[in-house]
Amino acid sequence: MKEVKCDCGHINPHGTVLCESCGKPIEGNQHIDGNDNHKLLNMRYDGTARRSQTYNKSIIDKIWSFFSSVKVGVWLIILALIASIIGTIFPQEMYIPAEAPNRDPAVFYEDQYGILGLIYYQLGFHNLYSSLWYMILIALIGVSLVICSLDRFVPLYKALRNQKPRKHKSFLSRQRLYSESDAISEEDYQLIKKNLKKNRYKIVEENGHLLAEKGRFSRWGPYVNHIGLIIILLAAILRSIPLFYMDEYVWVREGQQIVIPGTEGQYYIENKDFILETHDENDERFREAIMQEGSVPSNFQTDVVVYKAEKSIPGAKPELNAILDDSIQMNAPVKFDGYSIYQQGYQLNEFTNMTFKLHKTEDAEEEALATFTVDLTEPESQYELDNGYRVILDQYYPDYYLDDNGEPASETNFPRNPAFVFIVYPPDNTEPEVSFLGIGRNIDATGANEYKLGILDFEMHDVSGLIVKYDRSLPFFGIGAAIFMIGVIQGMYWQHRRVWLNRNENGVLMAAHTNKNWYGIKKDIEKAIQNTDIKMVEDQQELDEKG
Amino acid sequence: MELLNISSTALFIAFLLYLIATLFFGATIRDKRTDNKKGIAGKVAITLTIIGFISQLVYFITRWMVTGHAPVSNLFEFTTFLGMALVLGFIILYAYYRLSFLGLFALPIAMIIIAYASMFPTEVAPLVPSLQSNWLTIHVTTVAIGQGILGISFVVGLMYLIKQVDQTTRNKKNTWLEIVLYILFLFIGFIVITSSFNFANYRAEFEYPLGNQIATTEYHLPAIAGPNEGVLLTDGAFSPLFETPAWFQGEDAGSKFNTLIWSILAGTVLYGIVRLIIRKRIGAALQPLLRNVKADLLDEIEYRSVAIGFPVFTLGGLIFASIWAEIAWGRFWGWDPKEVWALITWFFYAAYLHLRLSRGWHGEKSAWLAVIGFGIIMFNLIVVNLVLAGLHSYA
Ligand code: HEM
Repeated sequence: MKEVKCDCGHINPHGTVLCESCGKPIEGNQHIDGNDNHKLLNMRYDGTARRSQTYNKSIIDKIWSFFSSVKVGVWLIILALIASIIGTIFPQEMYIPAEAPNRDPAVFYEDQYGILGLIYYQLGFHNLYSSLWYMILIALIGVSLVICSLDRFVPLYKALRNQKPRKHKSFLSRQRLYSESDAISEEDYQLIKKNLKKNRYKIVEENGHLLAEKGRFSRWGPYVNHIGLIIILLAAILRSIPLFYMDEYVWVREGQQIVIPGTEGQYYIENKDFILETHDENDERFREAIMQEGSVPSNFQTDVVVYKAEKSIPGAKPELNAILDDSIQMNAPVKFDGYSIYQQGYQLNEFTNMTFKLHKTEDAEEEALATFTVDLTEPESQYELDNGYRVILDQYYPDYYLDDNGEPASETNFPRNPAFVFIVYPPDNTEPEVSFLGIGRNIDATGANEYKLGILDFEMHDVSGLIVKYDRSLPFFGIGAAIFMIGVIQGMYWQHRRVWLNRNENGVLMAAHTNKNWYGIKKDIEKAIQNTDIKMVEDQQELDEKG
Repeated sequence: MELLNISSTALFIAFLLYLIATLFFGATIRDKRTDNKKGIAGKVAITLTIIGFISQLVYFITRWMVTGHAPVSNLFEFTTFLGMALVLGFIILYAYYRLSFLGLFALPIAMIIIAYASMFPTEVAPLVPSLQSNWLTIHVTTVAIGQGILGISFVVGLMYLIKQVDQTTRNKKNTWLEIVLYILFLFIGFIVITSSFNFANYRAEFEYPLGNQIATTEYHLPAIAGPNEGVLLTDGAFSPLFETPAWFQGEDAGSKFNTLIWSILAGTVLYGIVRLIIRKRIGAALQPLLRNVKADLLDEIEYRSVAIGFPVFTLGGLIFASIWAEIAWGRFWGWDPKEVWALITWFFYAAYLHLRLSRGWHGEKSAWLAVIGFGIIMFNLIVVNLVLAGLHSYA
């Protein structure tokens, strides 16, 4: 490995652009940072030797160079940006509206959006954010982030540690802020030093040359924030492992006690009551809005008891001990033993059971010959009634509607609009009769039935949709986010400012560099050189030139 | 209801103060000195701005007292707050750079945003359960402040372009710049036309099929485009010239589409009138105003406001948002359109910051980026809310 010895005597690693010590541009390497056709030096990494810019032989070198390029990084970010936009053109599969005529994605997209919808669906854009290629894109950003940071951090760290106050003239004069003045008095020099110190600059001197520096730590901001991002990406990987993340959606009826899915039978939950409250429409403040928009819910709440199952002997029926008796509300989940339960959905007024009576068709009084009750969540197939009657539940449609072919069907499995086909067997062994029965419907298929069924009574309940989950990756996301924020703030709200003052027999050269906020460093210099004979630095970057 | 009146009056006063402050900032143009030694006009202007900001704070606090929740929960409230955040961003950057010209451009933009906000229903509305969370308040206010500061980079980027883009002959750049300015006119057109018909209390009701049901929708502007397969119910109202195409989805699609048409018409007419009077591109007419500002300084302020706004936006739009979503729904990220657009905004400004690291992306290119960035923010506010409805959709 060829090292480069600078005129000042410092030995620089191969590929260095500006001598780490005196800043003199190293001949033959100026193209690396594009300095050859510019007056000003590119100070981004202080002209350090970066692996990506130096070695380009092996395939690993090439991959390394590729991913460490900010250009590639920006491209990856832009690609992720465009991909993300595509995902919002039409709703993602999980956001297909509940009231859509057909929620099957194979139908929905074409139905709603025509040919574009069909293409969207066929390209898999309806699940874009969990698609492999989207994840690969994000992963590539991660790779690029790591390589890019490693490529720059180490050399930059070394260069900033090695820097000397004495700089080569070609380094100073090619800084954006630069001035040459006649020799100044020692008092002036001391005054400037004092002023810079007062402004919290750290001063290093060497044979009458001066380097004033502040905010160097802000240079590490980007690396810190990239570490934060990487932790977040790793957390996202962890989250895809069941050990770290589990979630289950469960519907629990009022009064029902069920085992909580995802807990291996360890926990049970009972729904005591579901409560839906609305804002008071007589509340003067909100009257106008409620009049316009209709009633507004104010609370979704499920009162639950959670039980822990203690199994004394394997196989035995578990003994349930209540460990939690609480209310779950929107924005107020409950937690137990590392699990959380969230209020998510609800269904009002499902039928719990229905009681029917059987009477003679022509009986105007409709006197009951027998009655029976059907539990709508667990209907039986056959009911033996008083007086020798027998009813078979031939068909049961919990959520009845007529499908496109005019056939009876059930929209969901929930008893929201139950309908039944009963076969009635009279005690005298005459021909059984078929009756169709639903809410507001009572159809006698043949028109010649001797017996008729009627709904006598029913009970209703609400159902709560709850999410049960644990997410053990959350702390990692939290740490990643915190580190990211520290990093951006460090890099954005502070700046790395340096002022060089080199004195030689002919006069004083002053130059300054900051990684951002040039206005601020100029003000610092103005303050520092007040009442001295030194010339104010000139800004050699002129965006105005062309205007 | 006393308090609510105080609140709306305070907002109105704030608006007026911003207007007067703009005039004073305008008066500083004659002042040839562009450094810190400002004349009296500049001092009056910034003082008025700060009083205006305080007045808007009064609006905010009193409305909070009335409703019992932070007034950032519907489109009117949020957008008003965004306007306030833009003023805050301006005050912060003014404190540092003392550039009066910034006020001349930032305050009108803030005023457009606030006036735009007032076109949406302003009644105080109760909160649905999912919005009843302190984290929501923290999230929304932080996002808006971040966006307000990023908005300053748009304002400054626009100033940069007005100053630097060649206006001697018509070319691609000044055409694009003119389009950006024209879009501002569309907002003004929207405001003018909506408030005129609101003032005249115009109402027309339509019935139209929505999914399997019949819905009604109320137009507050005469229908140029009626709802798809809609039937006019109100007597004496204008009947539509044509129907909104069916692919325009969702509730009230017709009325939104109609409003869009009206805004374009009104904005175009306004723009046309101004062009007729000044007889040159708006950009060309504004250019001399900025003669005394240094392009370098504009470039720097633009970059600074992104540098200051980006962390705030990240905190509010991604981190606080996730915390709230985690508490409300048990999932901190759900890929809902609003969230995705926050991510897109974040990606965009990250790209901006990285591009600024390299040569060749300073100055004009980065000014264009700053303009586009705020375009994305406004897209998220307007199009995503009104068209790509998601969980966050207010309207
Ligand atoms: C979405 C992902 C990313 C975010 C949010 C992000 C964020 C940031 C931020 C805020 C800065 C500071 C910029 C400044 O100080 O002006 C920065 C700097 C930087 N980023 Fe990223 N970054 C991301 C991805 C990447 C990628 C993929 C690369 C790889 C090419 C990369 C390379 C760099 C470099 C080289 C710096 C400059 C470091 C320095 O100042 O010395 N970043 N990044």
